[in-house]
Amino acid sequence: MTPFTYARAASVPDALQRAAIAGTKFLGGGTNLVDLMRETVERPTALVDVSGLGAAIVESDDGGLHIAAAARNTAIAEHRAVRERYPMLSRAILAGASAQIRNMATLGGNLLQRTRCTYFFDDEGSRCNKRTPGQGCDAIGGFNRNHAILGASEACIATHPSDMAVALAALDAVVHVSGIGGERMLSINELHRLPGDRPDVETELAPGKLITGVDLPAGSLYARSTYRKVRDRSSYAFALVSVAAALEVSGGVVRDVRIALGGVAPKPWRAWKAEMALRGGPASEEAFLAAIDAELRDAKPLSHNGFKIELARRMVVAVLNELSGVAA
Amino acid sequence: MRFIVNGQAVDVECDVRTSLLDLLRDHLHLSGTKKGCNQGACGACTVLVEGDRINSCLAFAVQYEGREITTIEGLGTATALHPLQRAFVEHDGFQCGYCTPGQICSAVGMLNELGRGVPSHVTPILTEQQCALTHDELRERMSGNLCRCGGYNGIVEAIAEFHAEAP
Repeated sequence: MTPFTYARAASVPDALQRAAIAGTKFLGGGTNLVDLMRETVERPTALVDVSGLGAAIVESDDGGLHIAAAARNTAIAEHRAVRERYPMLSRAILAGASAQIRNMATLGGNLLQRTRCTYFFDDEGSRCNKRTPGQGCDAIGGFNRNHAILGASEACIATHPSDMAVALAALDAVVHVSGIGGERMLSINELHRLPGDRPDVETELAPGKLITGVDLPAGSLYARSTYRKVRDRSSYAFALVSVAAALEVSGGVVRDVRIALGGVAPKPWRAWKAEMALRGGPASEEAFLAAIDAELRDAKPLSHNGFKIELARRMVVAVLNELSGVAA
Repeated sequence: MRFIVNGQAVDVECDVRTSLLDLLRDHLHLSGTKKGCNQGACGACTVLVEGDRINSCLAFAVQYEGREITTIEGLGTATALHPLQRAFVEHDGFQCGYCTPGQICSAVGMLNELGRGVPSHVTPILTEQQCALTHDELRERMSGNLCRCGGYNGIVEAIAEFHAEAP
C-alpha cells in the first residue's frame, strides 16, 4: 500500500480545507476504499476521515427526510421513518453486502463506491480504462456476465454496484454537495455519469467536493414501494439485476410510478421511458410488460450477459404486479 | 494510538496503513481474530466495536482510535467459556475452527441488532418492531460469515439454542 497521511475532519469546512491538497481522498467507513488501496487501484497520498461528521436522520421542513452523509447503512435501514415511508430504501440497503459491512459503510461512501468489475480490481493483470485511461478494456471480450446492458460504452461496460443508490434514484433523492465556494444540490440521477470515453470520471463532483447528505421527497407514493434483487446466491452478493419501484394505482389506473434498475448499467438506472409509458394508463400486466420493453429497447447484450434483458423484464413485471395487488 | 481492547486501555505505535485486524493480531498478539480473505468477503475477522459487529480487515486501526473493541478473547477464556462458545462445542458448530471466533463475535453482534429491532432482507413486515429469530432470519443475518467446512447446521443450532436460553 502506498504511504498516506490520515486526519479526522473536525467539521465540513475543516474537511474541505484539508481536501484542497491534490491526492487527498475522503474516507467514510472504508469498506471499499481500504480494499482498493490494498490492491493499489487507489493510491491517495492523504485521507481525511469524514465518518465522524453529521450522521443524523431528521424530518425536513417540507415533510421529507434528510439523511446526513455519515449515517451508517444499518442506521438508515432500521430507522422508523425509512421503514414506514420509504420501504424500498430500507429493503435495498438490507439486500446489500453483509451486516458487518452495513454497520461500517456510510451513505456518502456508498454513493461514491467503485465498480466491482474484476478487471478493474486486477491492477497487475488486466487492462482497464477506468483505472488507467486509454489502456483498453479486458472485460469487453472477457467474462462479462455481470456487466452492463444499458448505458455502457466502447471504453467501459462496468456496472454501478450499489443497492441503496438504486432506491435513491427511484426516490429522486437530492444530494447536498459542499465545496470551498459553497453548497450545491443536485438530483442523484445527475450525480453519476455514463462512461462515454472517460470511464475514470464517474460523477459530476469536482475534486475536493464533499457529499454532506441527501433529501428524500415528501409524499405518500413511496410508502407503497419495494426492492427486489436477483443474485447468484441468496445473500451477500452483488445484483445481477435489481428493481426499486413505487406505484400508486386508483380505479385501475396508474396515478404515479417510479422505477429504477440496478446491476444493468454504469449508474443506478432510472427507467424514465417505462414510467412515462405507464403514467395515466391501465395498471395491467400487459401495460407493465409494454413499459419495460420500451425501456429495454436500447439494451445491448454482451457475450455473456444477454440473460439480464429477460431477467429485468420479468422482475419489473413481477414487482409492479406485487405493488398493484395483482399477484403476491 | 490508544484503544480500549477487551476492557483494557492499550497504547500502540503503528503505521497508519495498519488494518484493525493486523493491529489486533500482530501488535497486540490477540490471534483469536482470524485473517481469512482480507477483503471483507468471509467474516473471519469479525470483532465488536461498542457492540456493533464489523470486519476488522476492511478498517484502518487509526479509524477506531479511542473506541472500545471486543474480540473473542474478551468474550470467553479456555477455562471460562462464553455460553455461546459452549453451545458451539455441544452442537459441533465447527470442524477446523478457523471461522469460529468470527462466527461467535458476529452472532453476539447479530443478537444485539435483533434486540433493538433491526430488520433483515428476509423480514416479511418491515414495520414490525420485533422480529422472531426464525431459521431463515438467522441464516440471512449470519450470511456475512462463511464456513468452508460447511458447518452451518451446527452453527445455526448453537446460535438458536443460545438465543432461546438467553435471559
